Amino acid sequence: MSIWEYANPKKFTATVTPIIPWAFGIGLGLLVVGLIWGFFFTPAENRQGESVKIIYLHVPSAFLAINAWVMMLVASLIWVIRRHHVSALAAKAAAPVGMVMTVIALATGALWGQATWGTWWVWDPRLTSFLILFLFYLGYLALWEAIPDPDTAADLTAIMCIVGSVFAFLSRYAAIYWAQGLHQDASLSLDAEENVSDVFWQPLVLCLVAFGVLFVALVLLRTRTEIAKRRTLALQARQRRAEVRV
Amino acid sequence: MPDLGIYAFAVLASYAVTLVLLAGLIGLSLRQWRVVKAVLEKVEQDGQD
Repeated sequence: MSIWEYANPKKFTATVTPIIPWAFGIGLGLLVVGLIWGFFFTPAENRQGESVKIIYLHVPSAFLAINAWVMMLVASLIWVIRRHHVSALAAKAAAPVGMVMTVIALATGALWGQATWGTWWVWDPRLTSFLILFLFYLGYLALWEAIPDPDTAADLTAIMCIVGSVFAFLSRYAAIYWAQGLHQDASLSLDAEENVSDVFWQPLVLCLVAFGVLFVALVLLRTRTEIAKRRTLALQARQRRAEVRV
Repeated sequence: MPDLGIYAFAVLASYAVTLVLLAGLIGLSLRQWRVVKAVLEKVEQDGQD
């Protein structure tokens, strides 16, 4: 068995159809538990007070805003190299999800910033790179809609995705390499000493997993929708050709 | 309900914005699937007739 079998739209659809409701159920269940735990059963933080409760929304959404683009990059590269339509459609399907995650990260970041820094917005490296990432999501979606030929649209959006990846990676590392900004260092790290304390870390990881599972569920659902749309267009074109012959 | 003090607006607005956007995204994605599926089934049906 090879992963490339799932490049077949029928095989992909048949495989993901039973997975989607489970993924939504698990993702939503984990999100409810994680948010209730974080909101009701964690204490105020020494410096940030109760505003620390925003971490359970801001960090997972920011994490997925970046990683959705990374997933789109991988899918776009597969399209460019191997010309599998499902991968191009998966990249297209992930873009609105990534864009919503970016909006959530920006909105919760602005609210958190106002509460703790006293300002909604500063031209901090991480904030600015996130704003640019949001604009890339908008541009990517607009490009898909603007080009009628789906293969040409997939080619051009793949190039845009590769270019936009610079900003996705910049968003990830901006807080590390430009220490002059207001934004703190990453809240989660592989180095345990740099992480937030356990009392916040545990519900935060649960929310991260929940957002991740919901992202997978949404991308699978939207990819299946894109495949069905593509099949509908192909069948309608075939029927029109048959009518012309008759 | 925890006492959020001066951070009440920021925290509650963050939760409201996030939950509304997530619910909207899930709802729209499911609705889009149902519409596309219905159209596809109709086109497949027409093709068989």
